[in-house]
Amino acid sequence: MEQLPIRKFSVREIRQDFPALRQQVYGKNLIYFDNGATSQKPQLVLDAINQYYSKDNANIHRGVHLLSQKATDGYEASRMFIQKYLNAAKKEEIIFTKGTTDGINLVAYSFGELLSPGDEILISAMEHHSNIVPWQLLCERKKTVLKVIPINKRGELDLEAFDNLLSEKTKLVAITHISNTLGTINPVKTIIDKAHLVGAKVLIDGAQSIQHTKVDVRDLDCDFFVFSGHKVFGPTGIGVLYGKEALLDAMPPYQGGGDMISKVTFEKTTYNELPFKFEAGTPHIAGGICLGTALQYFSQFDPVEIENYERELADYAQDLLSTFEDLKIIGTAKNKTSVVSFSVDGVHPFDIGTLLDKQGIAVRTGHHCTQPLMDIFKIPGTVRASFAFYNTKEEIDTFIAAVEKSITMLR
Amino acid sequence: MSIQEKEQEIIDEFDIYDDWMEKYEYIIELGKDLPLIDPSKKTEDRLIEGCQSRVWLDAHFENGRLHFSADSDAIITKGIIGLLIRVFDNEQPEDIAKADLHFLKAIGLQEHLSPTRANGLVSMVKKIKLLALAAIA
Repeated sequence: MEQLPIRKFSVREIRQDFPALRQQVYGKNLIYFDNGATSQKPQLVLDAINQYYSKDNANIHRGVHLLSQKATDGYEASRMFIQKYLNAAKKEEIIFTKGTTDGINLVAYSFGELLSPGDEILISAMEHHSNIVPWQLLCERKKTVLKVIPINKRGELDLEAFDNLLSEKTKLVAITHISNTLGTINPVKTIIDKAHLVGAKVLIDGAQSIQHTKVDVRDLDCDFFVFSGHKVFGPTGIGVLYGKEALLDAMPPYQGGGDMISKVTFEKTTYNELPFKFEAGTPHIAGGICLGTALQYFSQFDPVEIENYERELADYAQDLLSTFEDLKIIGTAKNKTSVVSFSVDGVHPFDIGTLLDKQGIAVRTGHHCTQPLMDIFKIPGTVRASFAFYNTKEEIDTFIAAVEKSITMLR
Repeated sequence: MSIQEKEQEIIDEFDIYDDWMEKYEYIIELGKDLPLIDPSKKTEDRLIEGCQSRVWLDAHFENGRLHFSADSDAIITKGIIGLLIRVFDNEQPEDIAKADLHFLKAIGLQEHLSPTRANGLVSMVKKIKLLALAAIA
């Protein structure tokens, strides 16, 4: 699996790569603004899925036959591509998971085994439920303590409060790189550096950053980084946990089964080495291979160009929405990605979402799995438009007109 | 009017709309027109928590018939509640238990009763059916 030649950034051409974008819903051209939930898939990935199941399908790591070798080679080549993509030091540090949630649960269980009662875990007020609940489960199991970094009105972390919460007792800081609800880009490098000063490890939830920004785990110096394949134009059901080798080595296995063992007897079992120690059972082979393909596709483009374009889209949408009476943008951080969440006084987000759907526009409404965050803003939920690099300003114009029509109907 | 007849009446009403937005405009009007549930009855035990919208349902059994009033914080949900109450209200529990709500499919609103919609309507219908079964027993 090799790096593809760099392509010039052209939205028109990029859109041609995504068959799902070329369809009508309810007789209207689909406008897909639910990229924070999942991304559409380029033809390159669809072809790779088809290729795998029509030609190369076999179980990996154990076979003596050609197909098994081909499947294994594809799976391991993808691991190496992902390693290079993230700039990880070794391929052993790339663990395939089911996705972000699975990765966090793995760390919460396995790293959690190394913790003692009274040890503290720091998360933030803007975390997704999947970066809250696994730690609550750990706290119940190991009597560790969960502490929450507050946010300000704009939806930015209160870094002063973070400094105060950080202590020798802090063993792990688990924080989102980019908020799925607010779009806030957190200063993770600063957080990591500060956490390391007190000896705490840091897990970065990259579910919302992997598709928007270049991630370099060695530059960040994070101890764990988790993301999902489906948010970055790959298949669902596959994701990655990056972990520093020494840490992963020190951690006990999470699940038992085939592939993760070295030798099994009824008296004692020894475990396989990294990364297989954490990959029990037949994995999502097609997913693993095609996640590599998705990153291969994505890495054809200059990440800075993508970031700038997406920010332009978000600013454009946010400026137009801000002119609406009684409409409030939720999440106005200075450093923000292409997520625009809003609420309208006296109008339920569910109603707006339903009417937008009927006008061919896919957005997400509700609490976005961040109920504590909704409580802070004292709203039941928001309407969230989240853009990807294949969206356009023309689509935003149609969206704005549809929002206006919806609000008029609902008032 | 029987439940069947009421369902047919609704289907006929919706027949004149061929555009989705017109259809929803009508549902929103129904939601706005629905008499509010008595605020004192919007209590925790009458609340059906959906992931997206919340629904309150009040029911009482009188002279062999079930009576309902309901409310929601989302107006489209409320409009659909209006339709469901029109079908179920003042009916005998046996008929309510049997009702298949085919009108929702006929007017293209069955998606609102899919569990993925999480708007509280599935749970509301389930609760109405359970109340009917309890009244029969």
